[in-house]
Amino acid sequence: MSSHHESILREPLITGENITYAKVTDDVLVPVENKANRAWWIGFTIASLGALMWVVAVSYTFWTGIGAWGLNKTVGWAWDITGFVWWVGIGHAGTLISAVLLLFRQNWRNSINRSAEAMTIFAVICAATYVISHMGRPWLAYWPLPLPNQFGSLWVNFNSPLVWDVFAISTYFSVSLIFWYTGLLPDIATIRDRATGLRRKIYSVLSFGWNGSVKTWQRFEAVSLILAGVSTPLVLSVHTIVSMDFATSVIPGWHTTIFPPYFVAGAIFSGFAMVQTLLLIARKVMNFENYITMFHIESMNKIIIVTGSIVGVAYLTELFIAWYSGAEYEQYAFLNRVSGPYWWAYWSMMTCNVISPQLFWFKKIRTSIAASWILSIVVNIGMWFERFVIIVTSLHRDYLPSSWVMFYPSVVDVCVFIGSIGLFFTLFLLFLRFLPAIAMAEVKLLVKTSSEQSKKALIKAGKVDKEHAKFYVESLDKYDSVNQADYAKN
Amino acid sequence: MSKTKYILGSFADPDDMMHGIDKLQENNVPIYDVFTPMPIHGIEDKLGIKRSRLPKAAFGFGLLGTLTAFTMLYYMLVYDWPMNIGGKPAFAAPDFIPVMFELTVLFGAYGMVFTFIYKNHLFPGRAPRVMNLRATNDRFIIAIDAQEVKDAKKVDSLLKGAGAVEVLHNDRKYVSYE
Repeated sequence: MSSHHESILREPLITGENITYAKVTDDVLVPVENKANRAWWIGFTIASLGALMWVVAVSYTFWTGIGAWGLNKTVGWAWDITGFVWWVGIGHAGTLISAVLLLFRQNWRNSINRSAEAMTIFAVICAATYVISHMGRPWLAYWPLPLPNQFGSLWVNFNSPLVWDVFAISTYFSVSLIFWYTGLLPDIATIRDRATGLRRKIYSVLSFGWNGSVKTWQRFEAVSLILAGVSTPLVLSVHTIVSMDFATSVIPGWHTTIFPPYFVAGAIFSGFAMVQTLLLIARKVMNFENYITMFHIESMNKIIIVTGSIVGVAYLTELFIAWYSGAEYEQYAFLNRVSGPYWWAYWSMMTCNVISPQLFWFKKIRTSIAASWILSIVVNIGMWFERFVIIVTSLHRDYLPSSWVMFYPSVVDVCVFIGSIGLFFTLFLLFLRFLPAIAMAEVKLLVKTSSEQSKKALIKAGKVDKEHAKFYVESLDKYDSVNQADYAKN
Repeated sequence: MSKTKYILGSFADPDDMMHGIDKLQENNVPIYDVFTPMPIHGIEDKLGIKRSRLPKAAFGFGLLGTLTAFTMLYYMLVYDWPMNIGGKPAFAAPDFIPVMFELTVLFGAYGMVFTFIYKNHLFPGRAPRVMNLRATNDRFIIAIDAQEVKDAKKVDSLLKGAGAVEVLHNDRKYVSYE
């Protein structure tokens, strides 16, 4: 298999000279096998201060109760659930990259899946902390579990999406975790076999004694494929169920059948934006330019346009259906979103999610690193506003005008949210430092078929149609890690 | 015979290694195992390894999850303590689907991964049975049990002829215990 050359017309997935199996290992393990550099320490210090703030803010919430937040009797859900849905959504891109793209045999996933899956796990951890802290009495957090009546409650109500969510989120977290960890085993073994002393002992325990024999690899591949197969419907079910937390209630603006696909598209959209935010920096700081190439960045930007447009269509459909329904309350809910006191949140959402990603239609913009990074942040902000708009604007003016209020976040609300970002980055930076951020074994599969160097060798050997070679060299124009002049003499 | 326990052919290129396997098989040299840093497609057929039955195991575990979820839901909501929620039927089958689905995935995934770990004798803290430390990095290793070959020299030349970068004679089976 490894000797089959892929079409010259396809862009290379690994660039750079002298890419060998050993070089892949060396390059990927630089951050793991060496002392952390200053950039890492600065990032880690800031992130762990954020995480500390999160610990303080969540502890304060536990101590005083959710009265510490800006909630009131009309708006009983606000920043907490906004943060929860935002984080769960971000997690979805990891599973999409590792599972759905594996099923579609998209080889470009090989160099980004590991860090995207890590991101999934950390994002779901952040989301889960919101679930616990918004309960108000976290010591009763076991109540949604199906426990016998002696534990203080009746059997849980399995007709409720909130109970489905308990099962969905915990299954999602558990399955993502083993999917990620099984994939890590061969790479941890690589670190183990290069390390000495205590490091070798630690990585030896973590590697489960992996040795890369034929049978191990064969079963490993079967496991990866099946896990990808079950994770694909799983990831769709998770955000569908999250959306049902809203859709099955009778609140105008929530009670719509469009919610599941709309939420899933939004989740993929925000997840890819977060992958972009993280990887554009990681690629630069950790010198991964040859593995996470412009092709990867452009492909992700294309997914961002598609999902952003789906989300845009969903927003417009919502507005149309609200008008078309003839239901007074539904119509008012949307009128209030667009032009009520939270109009700025609605229009921030529209601008960030629907209008600005359309800039990616321009090739110049979607292959520019600076523009991709800025737009990915814009999308992250927009998706946060989307959840805020859905949750708060639907609640703050309910059926009874005498109870209409505004929601203002308290300092604790803000600290929990910013702190959760700190927690996320702390975990992510630790991951970059101690585990290989690129799936080495999977990237090694591409060395002989899809690397720039193998394609260059083919052209040199004159095995390629001249026209095709010309097309290929032109397609390299966008790469920042390739020198096109190398091809001029051929 | 010398003290050599295993003869290892160390290849830098997977295609050369596949060629090496062919060469050895043509000469009826039994191959003990092959260690590679990445999965090699098509190697199972060459070595006559049967298709993994893990997918079937996963299906079985998944089915177990579905049935467990259904039994649990039916027992709790219909048999043990039916609740009157807005006069709706206790046996609300469509509402059972999400939890049944999630448990199917959970049982299927964990059942399969634990079977994988069990069958390959992988667990945290197990001493890695590695014959060559570069097999997880950049070398493709064919291991041959020295007790089963009569002419070690011939094996060496077969491996070299197929493109092996080095041929090692290991006195111990695994190097990683040191």
